[in-house]
Amino acid sequence: MSSKSVEDYLKALYTLSQNGKVISTTEIAGHFKIAPASVTEMLKKLAKKGYVKYSPYHGARLTSKGYQAAERITRKHRLLERFLHDVLRIKKDKVHLQADEMEHALSDEAEESLCRFLKHPDRCPDDDKTIPACDLPFSTCEECVKLHNENLEEVGRRERIPVSISHLKEGERGKVSFIRGEHKVLQRLFDMGLTPGTEVTVVKSAPFHGPLEILVRGSRLALGRGMTEIIFVEAEKE
Amino acid sequence: MTQKKLIIALAGNANVGKSVIFNYLTGLHQHIGNWPGKTVERAEGTLSFKGYTIDILDLPGIYSLSTYSLEELVSRKYIAVEKPDLVINVVDASVLERNLFFTLQLMELETPMIVALNQVDIAKRKGIEIDTEKLEQLLEVPVIPTVAIKGIGMSQLLERAIEIIEKGQTTRREVRYGEEVEERIAKITETLQNVQFYYPRRYVAIKLLEGDEEIAREIAKLAPPALNTAKELAGEIENLHGHACSTVITSERYEAAGRVARQAQKLVPPLKPTAQERLHNLTTHRIAGYLIMVSSLLLIFYAIFTFGNYTSNLLSNLLNRLEPLSTNLFGTGIVGSLVWGGVAEGLIAGVTVALPYIIPFYIVLYFLEDSGYLSRIAFLMDNAMHKIGLHGKAFIPMMLGYGCNVPACLGCRIMETQRERTLAAFVTTLVPCAARTVIILGLVGRFIGIQWALALYVFDLFVIFALGRLAFRVMPGEPTALIMEMADYRMPQLKTVLKETWFRLAEFIKIAFPLIIVGSLAIKAADVFGLLNPVANLLSPVTVTWLGLPVITGITLIFGVLRKELSLIMLATLLGTTNFAQVLTPVQMVVFTLVAMFYIPCIATISALVREFGWKKALFITLFEIAFAIILGGVALRLLTLVT
Repeated sequence: MSSKSVEDYLKALYTLSQNGKVISTTEIAGHFKIAPASVTEMLKKLAKKGYVKYSPYHGARLTSKGYQAAERITRKHRLLERFLHDVLRIKKDKVHLQADEMEHALSDEAEESLCRFLKHPDRCPDDDKTIPACDLPFSTCEECVKLHNENLEEVGRRERIPVSISHLKEGERGKVSFIRGEHKVLQRLFDMGLTPGTEVTVVKSAPFHGPLEILVRGSRLALGRGMTEIIFVEAEKE
Repeated sequence: MTQKKLIIALAGNANVGKSVIFNYLTGLHQHIGNWPGKTVERAEGTLSFKGYTIDILDLPGIYSLSTYSLEELVSRKYIAVEKPDLVINVVDASVLERNLFFTLQLMELETPMIVALNQVDIAKRKGIEIDTEKLEQLLEVPVIPTVAIKGIGMSQLLERAIEIIEKGQTTRREVRYGEEVEERIAKITETLQNVQFYYPRRYVAIKLLEGDEEIAREIAKLAPPALNTAKELAGEIENLHGHACSTVITSERYEAAGRVARQAQKLVPPLKPTAQERLHNLTTHRIAGYLIMVSSLLLIFYAIFTFGNYTSNLLSNLLNRLEPLSTNLFGTGIVGSLVWGGVAEGLIAGVTVALPYIIPFYIVLYFLEDSGYLSRIAFLMDNAMHKIGLHGKAFIPMMLGYGCNVPACLGCRIMETQRERTLAAFVTTLVPCAARTVIILGLVGRFIGIQWALALYVFDLFVIFALGRLAFRVMPGEPTALIMEMADYRMPQLKTVLKETWFRLAEFIKIAFPLIIVGSLAIKAADVFGLLNPVANLLSPVTVTWLGLPVITGITLIFGVLRKELSLIMLATLLGTTNFAQVLTPVQMVVFTLVAMFYIPCIATISALVREFGWKKALFITLFEIAFAIILGGVALRLLTLVT
């Protein structure tokens, strides 16, 4: 089992699983256009490595470890798509396959430089999905730009990659760790009480991918998807 | 005896009951206008108390004194420059921490102030008990518990206010930031020693560290070295903390607010959810929420239109009885027909729209707004509005548009950026207002069938969606996503609702009436001098050749500019019958209705657009809609002829 195919599986599971549902073997087989039997095989191997929780006949779900690894590779993939599209001017429909090839060879260091070079983009160009956060301990991208001159080794790393609150399930909580976005939006979110370290509870989400209702500092806020996707939290451990 | 004059400003977050306090204090002695040169509302009122004449100024409801919105800038500048004698900070007791964050910012402006701790009853129900004395001690500012809706604490509030003003007390308490921040604030304050500026020095220093654009711009003119020092020092803080300086300061300010809140409040979460909580859950439920929304909106529209239609007819019958009176006074000559057909009919046109439709609409709207339901509707509709590049709040002016486009255009102010206001206003002018409903129901609904009328409404939604999307693509700039507080449900106060309605009505009359009357006079004059038929003939290539309508529709569509339903009423007059089936084919009816729906915002709407967005944008929207309606009508004619 090559690391490339592990990464491809993690990425697929990450894309297919929103809201932490179990993903069925047929769904994954459909995604890769291969036989369900070979998917089962692969899922068992991933389970052994601790990336997924596999239950026969039902399917698989990413573990916390798997989720983190999946975010990392997805981040590389989507950053590369941006690079291919914005800098090399490759057409939108072509960047995905190209990035699929390149992502496995991109080092973490190169990924961070790429992010700064591209001015910390928030979405990928082809299907407009959020680029997952990095594990640098900054609370905004502004900070990363201002402070990265020093050796990145010195600033340290987060234990876990923060997750966007749009990925939290109803009733889940987390502490704000990182907000992506331009100055005015940041200021607004801070002013409404979403400063780094603040506890946020997701109460409910409106249907059809609508806004989220969250509780923060005793007040009830409605945040549109454009907002929830840029607020990243350290999710409370289950 | 001349009374001493005082100015008191009310400041606080949105949804804290600020306007209820304002209304309670000032009664009907209010004046609502705009801040000079800004599209931000300015509400002022006066009252007499203990030998003082007190001017009360209700500042906009805001969450911070940064530069996120025009409202924030206006408020902070007002407090610093015009220096009211006192600021009453209205604080929602049930969301204490976030409200205190704003209180602390007000204190940094070093303005004399007191705190009205409002909605203590709601807080109690939510299990939040606040020790007022303790809070007063911690803030070093008088705190008066109030329940504005019941008038509780209002006179104490005024008494304490006067006491503070008479003593000449200013706020001395300040937020203490971390040592490393304080040191640098002190350094910057020193470099500002000889600078004369309307903001206090410490405030300027803090804001410079936060990177506040407005203040940096001013200081760049007054004391450039201070700006450089501040930048350098901000950099130092950033290196120390590993976080941006503005993040550090905002976080510390929130921490300070949290500390005060935690010390002053006792939390006893209620065992079962409150009624408000249950209502909230129901009205934002993924299925029930939409059902409730749709059925309540339909019910509201149905009720308003039934009432409006009945009252409108009644009123116009009544007012038309005055015609003989006018004839007696002015005769039937040129002057007489100008007075009656121009001025009086214009006035009647205004009255029969304003009273029957706009008043009930506003009453319902403010009732929904004050109760908190509108924010739930915005929550539910956010996703749909996103398809046209707007967020959920834009649904509110759109809804208003079904009543009348004029208040709807003014209502677009709730959007945050100019881009979104314009986009929302454009979409709103496409919403069929009460007047257009008269045409749709009166022509298509009555003579072809109600299902065709409904189809036109659906088609209108489709047009709104398509053109909205087009405008969203064409207009430069990024859409902003929704950030909105959903405050607890509460019982709206009838007095406040009626007062809001009254002031909005006055605003509507001010904007719409002069134009309706002048327009009506101009058209009547054209009629008297025999200019209408030549104009109709001039328009015939469009009306007859392209749209396949009778020549006289050229005239009626001109009248429709004044008030849309006039295009139908005039048609009846000019054709000499109200049985339109005799003179128009069903296809002509549909084409005429389509054109009337879209061809131009009426004159009052145009004037509202000019007022809010300048004449360029207003002209563009108007011309676009004329062109669109003509093209649409012609295409519809050809398609419908093919089908039938």
